[in-house]
Order: sequence, then structure tokens, then C-alpha cells
Amino acid sequence: MVVEKIYGEVCVTCNEQGYLTDLNQWTKDIGLEIAKEEGIEMTDKHWEVIDYLRDQCKKQVPLSIRKIGKSGVVSIKEFYQLFPKGPLKISSRIAGIPKPVSCI
Amino acid sequence: MENTITNPTAEKTEDKKPIKKMMLILSKATIDNVYACFILANGARMEGIESEIFFTFFGLEAIQKKKLEHLHVATVGNPGMHIPTLLGGLPGMEALATKMMKSEMEKLDIPPVGEFLEILAASGTKLWACKLAMDMFHIEKEHLIDDLDGVLTVGDFYTRAQGDNTQLMFI
Repeated sequence: MVVEKIYGEVCVTCNEQGYLTDLNQWTKDIGLEIAKEEGIEMTDKHWEVIDYLRDQCKKQVPLSIRKIGKSGVVSIKEFYQLFPKGPLKISSRIAGIPKPVSCI
Repeated sequence: MENTITNPTAEKTEDKKPIKKMMLILSKATIDNVYACFILANGARMEGIESEIFFTFFGLEAIQKKKLEHLHVATVGNPGMHIPTLLGGLPGMEALATKMMKSEMEKLDIPPVGEFLEILAASGTKLWACKLAMDMFHIEKEHLIDDLDGVLTVGDFYTRAQGDNTQLMFI
């Protein structure tokens, strides 16, 4: 099921869990709005992770916490500190990419 | 369901009470049980749920420095393996089945036991050893992984389980 959502003045399409369905609709402002909904105050480090996630998604690399921990961008511990309520699912939502299906 | 949602993450909290904490008890050392436990604990953290593991009885093998990378899958008495019991008991069968299972898991990006424990510790999963089982098997704390959060009695573990929406699971 696809729903339309308005962030700022931009209308985007999301799935029922609030993940953007089109990677290209994403802008940094939309990311910022989603972060607000998730209760995350974005810092440079947050954006660094978001950029990495978007880049990996464009390369069609399946994401997992293990891979992110090995990426050199952020350690697993830091990743949990940045997005405490669920690092992979929340960061993916802010990054405007699909929710990863990984269990690891 | 309506076609619009004001706050997509709120639906969970409206009248359903989400799980807050998973308390897992690992009592076995076969690799399938150990991984089931680790994946449940890690999966909880990935969803923002607290998780703790209490290693007791043979589960202690999974946190012993010298043993944790040498856990096996059971080829005898395990109907899921579809190996006749007599064949499963042949020398090398367990090692072979374990090797095959580990290679399949690596393909799925599932880490080896030692690395998985590091991931769990980094994610904030609390790792506890059972005092009684340690005494029984004559295991000292220095035999156990450095990431261990401590040694508990079952009473201590139950105390940690206090609070709403905590789930206990025995593996």
C-alpha cells in the first residue's frame, strides 16, 4: 500500500511503514523532517551515515548492521548511539531507502 | 485501514503495547540453538528493544574463549538433520555438518560466534553467565569472554527482568 505524505511543501510517496518508495524523491530537507518524526537531532555524523546508506542502496548492496560496522563509516556501537531506537530501520527511513530485510 | 497516516511509527503504540525487553536464557551449546538465541537478541536491539542473555548449563560454551568457535550442530538425535542415527554417530559427521552449516551462514552474512558476540555487546545486549552452572562445570571468569557483563544467580536475572512488557525465553 502506498500513501502520499507531505514534508515541508513536497509531496512524496511512502509505504505503510513510512519508508519512501522512490529514492529519487528524497532531499536532505525531507530526511530532516523524517528525522524529526523519529525524534533524532541530526549531526554531521548522522548525515555521514545517511550518505553511506544511500550510496550503498544505489549500488544495490543489501544492508546489514554487520556490514555497516565494517564499513569504516561508523562502528556498531556508535551506530546504536546515533539511532538508539533501531539503527538500521530508522536510518534507512531517514535516508529515504527501503527498510532493510536483514536480521543481522 | 485508512489511506493516510499522520505518524507512521505511532500505530504500534496506540493500543498495542510493544515489547520493551527480551530476556533470553541459553542452555544449549549446539550451534543452531546458539545462533537462534543470538539472532533473537540482536533482532530485538535492531528494533530498539532491550535484550539480555543468560548463559547457563551448556550455553556457557558459547561464551568460553577456547570453545566458542568450536561449537557443533548435533547430527545424532536431531530429526531435522535427516541423517540416520547410526550414520550421524560416525567420526567426523558432526564436523562435516557443522562446516556445511557455517559456510551457508557466511553466505547470508551471519557472523561467526565470536564476532556475533562482539556485535551483541556493541549493540547493548547484556551478556550474563550463570553462577551455578559455572560452579558446576568449574569455569572461572577468566575463561569467559571479555565482553561479559557479569555473573548472576537466577534470582539476579529475574530481578533484571522486572518491568512491563518484558518477555522471557528459554532456548
